[in-house]
Amino acid sequence: MGNYVKLLVLAIITLLAAIAANWGRDIAYVVHAIIIMLVSGSLFLWVLRNTDEPIKPVATDGYMDNVIRAGVVATAFWGVVGFLVGVVIAFQLAFPSLNFEFLQPYGNFGRLRPLHTSAVIFAFGGNALIMSSFYIVQRTCAARLWGGNLSWFVFWGYNLFIVLAATGYLLGATQSKEYAEPEWYVDIWLTIVWVAFLAVYLGTIFNRKEKHIYVANWFLLSFIITVAMLHIVNNLSVPVSIWGSKSVQLFAGVQDAMTQWWYGHNAVGFFLTAGFLGMMYYFVPKQAGRPVYSYKLSIIHFWALIFLYIWAGPHHLHYTALPDWASTLGMVFSIILWMPSWGGMINGLMTLQGAWDKLRTDPIIRMMVISLAFYGMSTFEGPMMSIRAVNSLSHYTDWTIGHVHSGALGWNGMITFSALYFLTPRLWGRAQMHSISAISWHFWLATIGIILYAASMWVTGIMEGLMWREVDANGFLVNSFADTVSAKLPMYIVRGLGGVMYLAGALIMAWNMFMTIKGGVREKALVGVPVQ
Amino acid sequence: MDTYSLLREFADSWVLLAMTLFFVGVIIWAFRPGSAGVHAETASIPFRNEDAPDTPDGAPQTKELQS
Repeated sequence: MGNYVKLLVLAIITLLAAIAANWGRDIAYVVHAIIIMLVSGSLFLWVLRNTDEPIKPVATDGYMDNVIRAGVVATAFWGVVGFLVGVVIAFQLAFPSLNFEFLQPYGNFGRLRPLHTSAVIFAFGGNALIMSSFYIVQRTCAARLWGGNLSWFVFWGYNLFIVLAATGYLLGATQSKEYAEPEWYVDIWLTIVWVAFLAVYLGTIFNRKEKHIYVANWFLLSFIITVAMLHIVNNLSVPVSIWGSKSVQLFAGVQDAMTQWWYGHNAVGFFLTAGFLGMMYYFVPKQAGRPVYSYKLSIIHFWALIFLYIWAGPHHLHYTALPDWASTLGMVFSIILWMPSWGGMINGLMTLQGAWDKLRTDPIIRMMVISLAFYGMSTFEGPMMSIRAVNSLSHYTDWTIGHVHSGALGWNGMITFSALYFLTPRLWGRAQMHSISAISWHFWLATIGIILYAASMWVTGIMEGLMWREVDANGFLVNSFADTVSAKLPMYIVRGLGGVMYLAGALIMAWNMFMTIKGGVREKALVGVPVQ
Repeated sequence: MDTYSLLREFADSWVLLAMTLFFVGVIIWAFRPGSAGVHAETASIPFRNEDAPDTPDGAPQTKELQS
């Protein structure tokens, strides 16, 4: 019976998508309609083939790990794609002729840049968060994922969102909001997927066998709920036509800007910080083999972080039409935020107390430590840059880009790599990764790559800021904008090389994961053996 | 009084007070006497039930606690 309802719904979606493909007003919309038509049409055939067939019994007593395996592969795949696009656009900035004429307008920096940011944040980071939250919530609740195949819907639905967003950028569909570029129908689809994600997560927590909810789940749950709220408010828009991708925002002017940066900064705070802290609070104790240093500190870390982060957005709008009191509020909360951030960093690092010797032998622990070090560094740099006087130098320069990348490559990237190295052998029943020395290679390539990236961006950013504000004795500006551009060339090349090293490390990881998954005899998971 | 001014007045008086008190309450609650045992127990959750969900009869699962 259920299958007949599914067939009916899929048939209607396929038909509507076919009509939309015919009547679509712009190329991005038409391509998206065709993608949706093909996906729902294939699903229709798949459901049809399985209707009235004998149902294979599925074991439902263990943990649901297949969807996590898929998530691990997707995370590695999107990571490599996102880093590759990042390297391409880094060299496009250094050598503008790489915006090839025959690729216009699709291969233009302006269209590839949101492809890069969304691929690394939402595709790589998002898949990492979804798969690791599914892993963590099951283990810390001692319960199987709630909702049966709903978690598969979350996985495939989220990756369909990624494909729609990415193709939309290349074909020119964007609502021009940084980190929220996808147009209205893609936003609606993400909302549906996200509600399913929340349902799976909460359902598992309700079914838990442990009395208390482990702190990692607090962070992950706050990430899911807050991202839902941010996404809906920042994407309030009216489509111009139901048959086109263009939409108009409900907010206008400075209200729209404030909503955008309330969203933008809390995407950093709750997607890239709270969510990844949830990963940190599980994987670091597991890899170190010791419980978290101070559970009390983790509770205060959590509440302080969520109480403070939500106010920090206005520091993106210093010296704009935003009232001074609002940007001062954002600045003050950003500076206070330094404290819980460092509290969390110290809590993570001190978890290794008594296990510091593992730094010599375990490259995964080393990655976790460098990740926490970059978390600490960028959460010091951020509050400093939010001070109005510092911001007057740093804003609109490459310093901001360097800051973002020390957080994203250092903190988010490294903790995700270590989670992938933790999960791959366990999920595929291997004793350890195929090559431990390859993990060390990855570690050093990525670390040196980040240092090249951040250092070159500090130099070029501060240089740029100083050149823009330099005036002569009569009060005239000394440098034109083009002067700063030509002065930045050497640093742009160094930045591109840093990106190449980071990408090379990720490729080594992908090879290492492939060999681990493919290679050897499948043995009982190491984790099942009690350590005497 | 227009909606903005009303909400603004409410936000920076009573709501601010309520949130501050809640936050202070959380910290006091974390440090309450007797919390140490609960926290130690909760902090050890990742080292239980690594392989399979908790069984209905409450039998202990394989543990990975390192000595």
